Amino acid sequence: MPSIELRNVNNFACRDINMTVADGELLVLLGPTGAGKTTLLNIISGLIEYEGSVLFDGSPTEGTPTNRRGVGYLFQDLVLFPHLTVSSNITYGLRMQKWGLEAIDARLRELMDSMNIHHLAGRYPRDLSGGEKQRVALARAIAPYPKVLLLDEPFNNLDMRTTKYLRIEFRKILKELGLTAIFVTHSLKEAQEMADRIAVLDRGRLEQIGSPREIFFDPHGEGVSDFLGSPNILECDGYHVLGNGLVAAECNGMEIIVPYEGNSVRKIAISPGDVYLSRNRPPGPHLNRFQGVISKAIPRGSVMRFTVRIGNREIDAELPRDIAEAQDLREGMEAFIILKLRCLRIL
Amino acid sequence: MKKGTRIRAQWGVLPVAAFLMAWEVIARLDLIPGQLFLPAFSTVMGELIRLTAAGVLTDHLLRSGIRVLIGFCAGSVAGIAIGIVMGWNETMNRTLHPVFSLLYPIPALGWLPLLMIWVGIGEMLPILIIFICSFFPILYNTVTGIRGVSRDFIKAAKTLGASDIRILMTVLLPIALPNIFTGLRLEAGMAWRVIIAAEMVAIPTGIGALMMKAESLMRIDIIIICLMILSIVCFSIEKLFLYVEQRLTKEWR
Repeated sequence: MPSIELRNVNNFACRDINMTVADGELLVLLGPTGAGKTTLLNIISGLIEYEGSVLFDGSPTEGTPTNRRGVGYLFQDLVLFPHLTVSSNITYGLRMQKWGLEAIDARLRELMDSMNIHHLAGRYPRDLSGGEKQRVALARAIAPYPKVLLLDEPFNNLDMRTTKYLRIEFRKILKELGLTAIFVTHSLKEAQEMADRIAVLDRGRLEQIGSPREIFFDPHGEGVSDFLGSPNILECDGYHVLGNGLVAAECNGMEIIVPYEGNSVRKIAISPGDVYLSRNRPPGPHLNRFQGVISKAIPRGSVMRFTVRIGNREIDAELPRDIAEAQDLREGMEAFIILKLRCLRIL
Repeated sequence: MKKGTRIRAQWGVLPVAAFLMAWEVIARLDLIPGQLFLPAFSTVMGELIRLTAAGVLTDHLLRSGIRVLIGFCAGSVAGIAIGIVMGWNETMNRTLHPVFSLLYPIPALGWLPLLMIWVGIGEMLPILIIFICSFFPILYNTVTGIRGVSRDFIKAAKTLGASDIRILMTVLLPIALPNIFTGLRLEAGMAWRVIIAAEMVAIPTGIGALMMKAESLMRIDIIIICLMILSIVCFSIEKLFLYVEQRLTKEWR
């Protein structure tokens, strides 16, 4: 599979984009709504005008129309053709590229096996569930062996459980096929779970590109920090190894149990979204559980950001707004937090 | 036929039968003053058999039918073809839309005096009227159908390797088909209504002309026969188009 390279790419929504996606890499384009993520995918696929250059394996693609670029594209709304059955949808690209009948049959069987969608062959898109539509759309996009695969927030309209399952399944399929892919999302969690590397896009500019760990713990610039939500960084005074892959770190009077990989422990980080917050004392042992007072409660889009003061230290926690409202969490109220063990990182 | 559908169809026949019986009774019992002007249903049926056996009815119906067929087919083909071009190409749409917008509101029969002068009174006249009657609505239904197809389908087809012409044939037209068929269905019935009016005014043959002759001879039974035939023809054509449309799109709509 080829690499993708963007050189000085500009258009109405993108400014001076320079980046490379390595052969077989899964790069996640992360950014808020209106950041230019979909526009960038449309540029790579040649669907819209742009200045600069897009290269597949070092060769410029300018002058090659979309239908000959060899790009697989999974659209946000999936856009399965409503008048075609699942089989015809999947084989559409093969027929357009004039494959032989036997080759089409063989490829269809192979894809239906790997996606486990044999039973859907004769159905029309209107009769499919959300998850089934995703699988069919992916099968259609990868059927003609595209050079690169572009996925535009394909899990947007699905429930959380299906999304989580499909994220794992899609990543597995993409890695098995060794496809060079760009996956667009506005969800940090989705980006962390899917990405080999993450590129953060904001107002048409590429703000940062790096491993999920780099992006998460070392966000560059205010735009990225604002969007990602800065993690809680806890300075450690000392630590002792517990065994079983765990370490107990002393951070300003708080003893925190953290997964341990053998390095020295100076700082610990955890995302506000991974801090459990409740007004009731949580059941279970006292490990990684702390009591404090909510000093700030600020709404941020679909979530509420709380700052909880514990002694002389402040910890940020984020909850979906509906959950925060159901608990009636307010400033000045006593609250309990849990730092989720597997979400704590040693820096 | 499913049981439920059969029962519904039977229920539809009952009011028609009741209406025909009431008509027969009213005419026979002379319940309306001036019953001279309302022949009984049985009298009308008798005349229908006589006219059919003499070949008069078939001849006039055939002449009207051929005019409708030629005019409607030509109007539909032209309407669909230009509609596709306008729906597909923004420049063509911007160029042609203002012209067609001015011509579309003119009632088809409004063209009659002008066409009588331009092409004379002959077979071309009703055919052209039917052409005009069919062309504009089918054109607009086609344009609306094609432009109503989400641009995302075009993008998806492009990324899958389809050329412009194949996108048109395999994505745009099939998805726009229900809209195009709605235009065809409505205009096929309308074409019959217009041909009758044209034949009444300017053409000596056809069902419309037969009605005018019957009027001058005070043959109310023949006028009623013509109206009944028109009703059945328009109803059947509409049902035929509906059936074809459903056969083509029922599975995925």
